Amino acid sequence: MKIITTEQIEESVYRAFLRAGKRIVPAYKAKLADARTCESNPRTVFALDFMIRNAELAEEKNLPVCQDTGVACVFLEIGQEVHIEGDFIEDAVNRGVRRAYQDGFFRKSVVDPLTRKNTQDNTPAACHYEIVTGDKLKITVLPKGFGSENMSKLYMLSPTVGREGIVRAVVDTVRQAGSLPCPPVVVGVGVGGTFDTCAFLAKKALLCPTGQSTGRSDADGIAEECLAKINELRIGAQGFGGAVSALDVRILTAPTHIAGLPVAVNIQCHCMRCEEEIL
Amino acid sequence: MRTIRLPEDVSLFPTLQVGEAVLLSGTVFTARDAAHKRGIPFDLNNQTVYYAGPCPTPEGAVVGSMGPTTSSRMDAFTPALLDGGLKGMIGKGARSKEVVDAIQRNGAVYFAAVGGAGALYASCVKAVEVVAYPDLLCEAVRKITVENFPVLVAITPNGSVYD
Repeated sequence: MKIITTEQIEESVYRAFLRAGKRIVPAYKAKLADARTCESNPRTVFALDFMIRNAELAEEKNLPVCQDTGVACVFLEIGQEVHIEGDFIEDAVNRGVRRAYQDGFFRKSVVDPLTRKNTQDNTPAACHYEIVTGDKLKITVLPKGFGSENMSKLYMLSPTVGREGIVRAVVDTVRQAGSLPCPPVVVGVGVGGTFDTCAFLAKKALLCPTGQSTGRSDADGIAEECLAKINELRIGAQGFGGAVSALDVRILTAPTHIAGLPVAVNIQCHCMRCEEEIL
Repeated sequence: MRTIRLPEDVSLFPTLQVGEAVLLSGTVFTARDAAHKRGIPFDLNNQTVYYAGPCPTPEGAVVGSMGPTTSSRMDAFTPALLDGGLKGMIGKGARSKEVVDAIQRNGAVYFAAVGGAGALYASCVKAVEVVAYPDLLCEAVRKITVENFPVLVAITPNGSVYD
């Protein structure tokens, strides 16, 4: 058994969000630079140059990359041999979020859905807990902007549509989103499970490091096909037209019912901000 | 790249070419979802609106990160503002047919900014003042002074749309 305190959890959440708000994940920043070399349209080059320069400026000046510092999504993978001591874990997570958004000069964008009253500290975080094997506690944070979140979709497809139907759902979602979600986008896809778990998988898929297998080669193959077809849409950076409309597509799966094929498509803008801490 | 002074150069709007990159300098007003829903409480004749809600201002800075938000969420409110004299809009992403028609009807322009470039656009802002709805926090209406603020001309006064 390993003891982890809620104070440690608070500090990890705080540190991870402070980093995340101010930098694009290096592998995705490199993909933006790669995209720049693929484009010839001067407007698209203009957009990519500013995206790249903006990411550099944010790091130099210690400023948020994008003013939409999002809903604070927090994924906690808790080893079953971990014992958590202190107060309520979610209060600790929210304290970390509150301090990071205050100290980082991040925008507070969270409101009550009905009254639209701002909570003024960007809490509550959207927390996802998973119990895993081992004695570690992994915290992954994703400040999720809503220009892209708004373009996300969930489909309850017929099981007989198969692979072709999955690809069509993903590509159609990105086509309909067009210029709105700040392309080139990253696409997280959940396939299978139930209505709720499918949407969770789509968000979790965004966390899968780019350039590495998600652990399932057939799903990776479908993701590659989706990426190629998305780039054929020629949406380009900021919708200005071009060869690179998405930086990556990541697919996670879960067993589902004989009668169904849920597919969730979660869109992430080019400002891919994601950091982790392991306790 | 041409520099367009706001609001003085609205007379030059008819000369702007679709897809042209320009630098904006001068006065613009920020307003986004909540302020559009309440209604802009002053005259926007010949003015330009920037769809944005900034991050808090760090010590010693003029403003926090301040990139454009998705313009299409404002589409339902925009034709009435254009018919009331609004001449320019800065945001990101495509607009509805109703907005394109209202732009053409009123000789206005829609400028597309680069989404996500919050730190870069903040560096182009030289002054900020909240002029309405301070209770809306980041969504309050601000009068801002910009210098060499880079954008593309996305919809021209004759209704040409960059796509």
